[in-house]
Amino acid sequence: MNKIAEHLVTPKNPGHHWGLSAAYFFLAPALLAITVFFFIPVLAALFMSFTDFDIYALSDVSNVRWVGFRNYARLLQDPLFWTALKNTFYFVLVSGPLTILVALSAALLLNSRLIKYKGLFRLSYFIPVVTTLVAVAVIWRFMYHPKFGLLNYLLSFAGIEHIDWLGEPQWAMPAIILMSVWKNFGYNMIIFIAGLQNIPEQLYEAARIEGANCWQQFRSITIPMLAPTTLFIGVITMIGFFQLFAEPYIMTQGGPLSRTLSVVQYMYWEGFRWWNMGYSASIAFVLFIIIFIATLIQFKLQRER
Amino acid sequence: MKTILIRKTGLYLFLFLTSILTLAPFLWMVSASFMQDGEASVFPPKFLPDRMVLDQYQNLILRLNIHRNFINSLILSVLVTMISLFLNSMAGFAFAKYHFRGKNQLFNLLLSSMIIPAQVVMLPLFLMLKTIGVINTYFAIIIPGLANIFGIFLIRQYVLSIPDSLIEAARMDGAADFQIYRQIILPLCLPILITLAIFTFMGTWNDFLWPLIALTDNSMYTLPVALANLMGEHTKDPELMMAGSVLTILPIVVVFMVLQRYYMQGILLGGVKE
Repeated sequence: MNKIAEHLVTPKNPGHHWGLSAAYFFLAPALLAITVFFFIPVLAALFMSFTDFDIYALSDVSNVRWVGFRNYARLLQDPLFWTALKNTFYFVLVSGPLTILVALSAALLLNSRLIKYKGLFRLSYFIPVVTTLVAVAVIWRFMYHPKFGLLNYLLSFAGIEHIDWLGEPQWAMPAIILMSVWKNFGYNMIIFIAGLQNIPEQLYEAARIEGANCWQQFRSITIPMLAPTTLFIGVITMIGFFQLFAEPYIMTQGGPLSRTLSVVQYMYWEGFRWWNMGYSASIAFVLFIIIFIATLIQFKLQRER
Repeated sequence: MKTILIRKTGLYLFLFLTSILTLAPFLWMVSASFMQDGEASVFPPKFLPDRMVLDQYQNLILRLNIHRNFINSLILSVLVTMISLFLNSMAGFAFAKYHFRGKNQLFNLLLSSMIIPAQVVMLPLFLMLKTIGVINTYFAIIIPGLANIFGIFLIRQYVLSIPDSLIEAARMDGAADFQIYRQIILPLCLPILITLAIFTFMGTWNDFLWPLIALTDNSMYTLPVALANLMGEHTKDPELMMAGSVLTILPIVVVFMVLQRYYMQGILLGGVKE
């Protein structure tokens, strides 16, 4: 008798018995907002990228014509787009690995048992992460000042004459890379520290008994055990870096000689300065495809290991 | 023993120097913001102002009305945070504790669409908001921030760990679904709600590209857009620009310092950058 009563009050799969209408009530606002202001615009952007949507269409939508793949074909022959693409890849491929390397080094240092006040050091490395990118770019623009900047002042002690960091074509991108490594490494450092703390101590003990030195322990325990963490960090860092925009916008306006023009900046210019929105949409989709492929490649590389 | 001491000293020295180096741009920013015009444009650079003056801040507020941009940023960040927290938490609760057909497919669709970069939606979104006439209003920032997939995901993961029995018990006491959400789920979710609130607040405060597109008038600009705009005219006024940077950065650093613990937790739960 008791058992039957129990069954009556605790259904096996309680969720089934809860009101479905309640589920929809809770989901509806968020899903509606995401559908209307995210999913529909994604589809609309795809559609736009196959049209010649421009400033005339902005005033009268009936001026929009379907142009098929013409925007994409034009992109392939647009030297400025290739420059933007090249610059963006330069930025991602250099500052991505660099950020991860600095983050890992900082994490290893802060994980050392020799030191105290770890929280304080961690905090100072981390502060750049939370600060406003635009403000940070403004500060660094003055740090890079050829005459009065702090960087050239420091370099003058090493006997290096003043370099016009943001004004010389070969130095502008390295300057932006240095700034973004400084801005971003703290974030990855926090994830690496957590990853390091998850490696069981017994692994290192066993290795030490077998006579492995520090470097061998690092190579054969730390690196493989951190692999999933590194993959995660690699993917999010890369996705973020492909969207480079504010740094060149504030510090160089894409110059000198378009050497820091990024894909997003080019998309912004075409779409919101010249109102070539169809063309701009095709740039946005190429960016999306690149990010998508790059993410797949990272996952694949990881699996092969 | 001696080698350990040397290594330890070396390590501390290295950590200390690199920490100072990391913070140097901010230290210089604060110092330069209290300088008089021209004081930061000298060689060798000055690390402290001759005399601490508030000229730059006065200039920013009295002449350039930057307090309006500050208020815009504050209102928008608070509004977006509150609204999205409400919508995300309801949806996250539903995904965690209700069963309906297609739930997993829907959730996976949401998750996989997180790879789509935000720039893709900006063009149609701009046209949409222009059509309904809300470009250059607060709505232009609030509407795209109403709900976000990452927030839903974060809350769903958290609510999954709340035992069903708690909810069952409340239901047996006659609690309606919304009461359960209000009186059981939300209080238990407080840590994750705080985490998500910081992320959303900072994300909205620091955001640049979308406000740059959606706000077209100086009086409507958020701080980052106003600062970028100022930079165009004041490339030779580091002191003024540093005061503007202090005003932009300070609130965010304060929020972070106070709620640090929750922020770090958010990163480890897979927090995304702004």
